[in-house]
Amino acid sequence: MTTSPALQVVRGTQASRAALVVGIVLVLVAASMPLWAESSWMREFVEIACYFVFAMMWNLLAGYGGMVSIGQQAFFGLGGYGMLMLGNLAGVNPFVAIPIAALATALVALPVSWVAFRLQGGYFAIGTWVIAEVFRLSFANLSIVGGGSGTSLTALRGIERATRESLTFWIALACVVAAIAGVYLFLRSKLGLALLAIRDNEVAAESQGIHVRRIKLAVYVTCAFGAGLAGALYFVGNLRISPDAAFSVNWTAFAIFMVVIGGIGRIEGPIVGALIFWALNKFFSDYGTWYLMGLGAMAIGVTIFFKQGLWGWLQQRHGWSLFPTTRRLELSNEDSHAQHR
Amino acid sequence: MLDTLIQGLLLGGLYALFALGLSLMFGVMRLTNTAQGDFIVLAAFAAIALAPLVGSQSVPAVVLLLPVAFGFGYALQRWVLNGTLGRDPLPSLVVTFGLSIVIQNGLLELFSADPRSLDSAGFNTRSVALGEGVAVGALPLAIFGTALLCTVALQALFDRTAIGRAFRAVSDDREIAELMGLDANRIYALATAIAFIVIALAGSLQAMRTTVAPSDGPLLLLFAFEAVIIGGMGSFWGTFAGAMVLGLAQQIGFRLDPGWGIWFGHLVFLAVLVVRPQGLFPRTRG
Repeated sequence: MTTSPALQVVRGTQASRAALVVGIVLVLVAASMPLWAESSWMREFVEIACYFVFAMMWNLLAGYGGMVSIGQQAFFGLGGYGMLMLGNLAGVNPFVAIPIAALATALVALPVSWVAFRLQGGYFAIGTWVIAEVFRLSFANLSIVGGGSGTSLTALRGIERATRESLTFWIALACVVAAIAGVYLFLRSKLGLALLAIRDNEVAAESQGIHVRRIKLAVYVTCAFGAGLAGALYFVGNLRISPDAAFSVNWTAFAIFMVVIGGIGRIEGPIVGALIFWALNKFFSDYGTWYLMGLGAMAIGVTIFFKQGLWGWLQQRHGWSLFPTTRRLELSNEDSHAQHR
Repeated sequence: MLDTLIQGLLLGGLYALFALGLSLMFGVMRLTNTAQGDFIVLAAFAAIALAPLVGSQSVPAVVLLLPVAFGFGYALQRWVLNGTLGRDPLPSLVVTFGLSIVIQNGLLELFSADPRSLDSAGFNTRSVALGEGVAVGALPLAIFGTALLCTVALQALFDRTAIGRAFRAVSDDREIAELMGLDANRIYALATAIAFIVIALAGSLQAMRTTVAPSDGPLLLLFAFEAVIIGGMGSFWGTFAGAMVLGLAQQIGFRLDPGWGIWFGHLVFLAVLVVRPQGLFPRTRG
């Protein structure tokens, strides 16, 4: 059977092509920020970028991979401590240490997955949390990195402040672009299709010859890499690390908040979620406990009444899709009569 | 050595009380309650807040708390958590995790970050002599007894009563059970209500034994969870035994080095997970 010339498999939408153009312009404008922007803006960008990359990875793990974890802070902290140890103890330039630390985090994720994958569903979530606690307590007892009270990143001492801030900013921008592009291209690839099949029905996917375990492992390790990258970057910007800050469950809590509010299982979700989180944080974080209670209540409300999140709702209503990963079958207009054969 | 052993088992009794509610809720409706620890802390603060109303005595406060906890658990399951159940574990995880954040910060707002305790009129300092030279605290012994009693009661409830049969039925196959005339939503609510009775006991006894602070919840959840997994799913005796193993592991860890006690408990949990992922004493229903 030959494919009718009138039928076409399409992925891109008008919105997605517009989004690409707008995205490239935004990135170019952002890249010039160190030339004109205040340094407080750049620090704010670096911080939100770390939250965003981390949330993006949580979305890939839970929204696409079906592995809901409350222990991703393990890899965030490992990335941070990896970078710090490479810088302070091994004399590696901290900026160079960022990708190395992320790679090391991915390596650690291999044996960790061996333990974590013995649990499923809700128990996987809490099991990963225990593993993160083991890392926190281990680093809290490691006197070479300051034990429970933590230590400072002394390796950056010789570098001038302006250079340091610009470089950190550019790396953060590159990480954001890489996270979006990487997840997008992965989901459009053959492996991404396999992952979506696993999410929809694990048994059916396995029967179609997909190596479910291997792909889940690949996603877990990739997400550990991304979380490690975010952690390493965050503590280059922050200059000080402690086990309680690095392995805090709040990292995962905020990621869950962003992903759920924006819309889980879609790339736009964490982007919209991160923007909302940034705005809420800017205007309401002074309210302390009330602010956090509000975030928790919002996550509960959205999960119960608004399951698709904000972007999912927009997508359903208007068919918007900035990062289309699904294939659609379309008829070309001029010979649409031909399709009845 | 004998002392460490006894202390470990008594600590295990407390952890069993933490864990039984989690085990019950997972067993009946496959719901992982990530706010388990925070509910224990909430119950502790509720008991502390109720005590002045009944002449600052702890026992009447706890007695007053139990029906409140039962009603709270029933309502929570009926009108909030039932809507999150399903094949996908995400909604229930996010909702209970959100509740955990709301409870922690709510308690922080109401009671400040200061640790507090429930006055037991000197009962927490009394001790009981066990043979020659060995004495144990009266309160830890009472906690152990309460845990044992709760385990026996829950297991009997499951194995021998009509309610227990309904619990097992909806756990095995919700749709068939509903065809047989059971109302799953009400049975789930009842299960959570019973779990909250144990949670209320656990919280009050924890507040008598030591101090509680709003941020304590997550750690208590992890202990409860470890006890359930070490014991193996499907029976309350498994959970009880798992709690004993965890209590012993932590106590031995504390004896070796005070900084590593909890860490050692975590490691024993992970080791059990690697060597025997089904737990030490599994008896999975259905």
